[in-house]
Amino acid sequence: MNARIQHVELHADDDGLNPGDVMLKVDNVSLSFGGVKAISDISFDILKGEIRAIIGPNGAGKTSMLNVINGFYHPQEGVITFRGKARSRMQPYEAAASGIARTFQNVALFKGMSTLDNIMSGRTLRMHKNFFWQVLHFGPARNEEIEHRLKVEEIIDFLEIQHIRKTPVGKLPYGLQKRVELGRALAMEPDLLLLDEPMAGMNLEEKEDMSRFILDVNSQMGTTIALIEHDMGVVMDISDRVVVLDYGRKIGDGSPEDVKNNQDVIDAYLGVSH
Amino acid sequence: MLYRESGQYKTSYDADQAIFPIREDRIGIAIILAVAVFVIPWFSSDFLLSSIMIPFLILALATIGLNVLTGYAGQLSLGTGAFMGVGAYACYKLTTIFPDVNIVVHILLSGIFSAGIGIVFGLPSLRIKGLYLAVTTLAAQFFLEWCFIRIPWLYNYNASGAIEVPERRGFGDLIVTGPAASPITRYYIVLAIVIVLTLLVKNIVRGRIGRQWMMIRDMDIAAELIGVRPLWAKLSAFAVSSYLAGVSGAMFVFFYLGAAEPSAFAIALSFQILFMTILGGLGSLVGSFFGAAFIWALPIVLRTGLPAIGVNVGAEVVFHVAQMVVGALIILFLIVEPHGLARLWSLGKEKLRVWPFPYA
Repeated sequence: MNARIQHVELHADDDGLNPGDVMLKVDNVSLSFGGVKAISDISFDILKGEIRAIIGPNGAGKTSMLNVINGFYHPQEGVITFRGKARSRMQPYEAAASGIARTFQNVALFKGMSTLDNIMSGRTLRMHKNFFWQVLHFGPARNEEIEHRLKVEEIIDFLEIQHIRKTPVGKLPYGLQKRVELGRALAMEPDLLLLDEPMAGMNLEEKEDMSRFILDVNSQMGTTIALIEHDMGVVMDISDRVVVLDYGRKIGDGSPEDVKNNQDVIDAYLGVSH
Repeated sequence: MLYRESGQYKTSYDADQAIFPIREDRIGIAIILAVAVFVIPWFSSDFLLSSIMIPFLILALATIGLNVLTGYAGQLSLGTGAFMGVGAYACYKLTTIFPDVNIVVHILLSGIFSAGIGIVFGLPSLRIKGLYLAVTTLAAQFFLEWCFIRIPWLYNYNASGAIEVPERRGFGDLIVTGPAASPITRYYIVLAIVIVLTLLVKNIVRGRIGRQWMMIRDMDIAAELIGVRPLWAKLSAFAVSSYLAGVSGAMFVFFYLGAAEPSAFAIALSFQILFMTILGGLGSLVGSFFGAAFIWALPIVLRTGLPAIGVNVGAEVVFHVAQMVVGALIILFLIVEPHGLARLWSLGKEKLRVWPFPYA
């Protein structure tokens, strides 16, 4: 890997939490759409510095859980505590401002923009020069743009996507799009990174690359990661703790080993004869 | 051969992020500007200046305005004509109230009024999208047109119901507006305003604000989760777009029409600007110039070109033929090349870059 990466200063903001402290706590959260209960009374926590996997069969409420965490859905009941601050509802951009970044199950890149612009867009909240300077594109605004470009180039180096810097993302193959999307989330320098099926639809090699990136992000940048993934091999290998959902309920929580041997989890995945 | 970027190494991000990073493009734009500034005014007839160049530049600015909103921020609008009207009436009132202030100042200020109105009519965009938003901007179009007719204060209780451009002097004792203003003076002022505003818009769209607009356009949910406030992004697009429309509307009356009735800002103008935007290319500033030039020049080319090849037709027929050609082209472009002439332009440059090795 590139030697420069060792000096990359991409790291989460110092929030006074030590590794192992509770970063995000979900308490008795319930979410329903009309009569459909997507999530019922779920509690779990995410510790700073860990890789936390959320798994479960299709329709278990995993993506809904992520949507609740980053403010896209508002749960009817329950409290979410992020870095010590409790909240029951907030807007997505408030979640972004407080340090939660996210990738999507179906790639949600800005199709009309280049790779570079897509990753630059992740810097939006960290750019502050006002309209006046933006219009003139001179002095502070120009310096700010270059300063953030440096950061973005570090991410491009990290993800090894230098060759597609100027390519419109709509033209990229799926695996690279997923990587650009990770880059966009990393550009936010989040404290908590939510990955919704980062390896869906990838071949073995791409999965290995992506796993390596996730582990590197976690260890080098100190970013806490919560990920949804269906590939059990990957989940068991890279995650520190796993929470298992089924039909909107939590049926298992613990280390990969615990979860693997949990009878409820085995039943949920393999089915059980009644 | 002519157009190569190989060998042009960038050593700073600043150079890489320049508006024209390729040397050939810089030379090209310098030539175009030199022609616009030195050649056209001195070597062309008054007809070319007054009836082609001036309205082309003014409409190109309006097209850029709509492109900011529709092409960059993804909000469809059918109210451009009315927003141009707001600028024109605001400028007329401003110069009535403060006749001694330079008219160029008034023109630049009048855009602020249409920006304000644009923000008000942009508010529904927070709730509704696409075609439904287009219908609310249509409401703006008809409401504002109604105001231009029904509020006599706007046209100084003029018996004809129209605004007539008064003579204003500036820059020494030069006659800038009114029937006595020379085409060259008007051309230079329009050219200067259009160049400066185009440059400023380019600066906006390549920076943080422009990226926010494109984020909202391409994937509004992801944009929100990255921290874009839809309220701010959409309303700022409406404000900038309406500002440009307002300035171009003021120039349209003060430097081109000379006098205007409310019908000058009717829905037909909105559609004309929309067609220029679509044909030129959504989300491209150079495309705005292409689109405006094409649609404005087509009837004139037909009118002078058809008799030249022996086809004698009346002015009415030329007008209808031009409309049919534009209509057919709009359909063709929407199906085959939604990014318009600007896309063809960049494809051409792409081909030229690798010529004669198309697979390189």
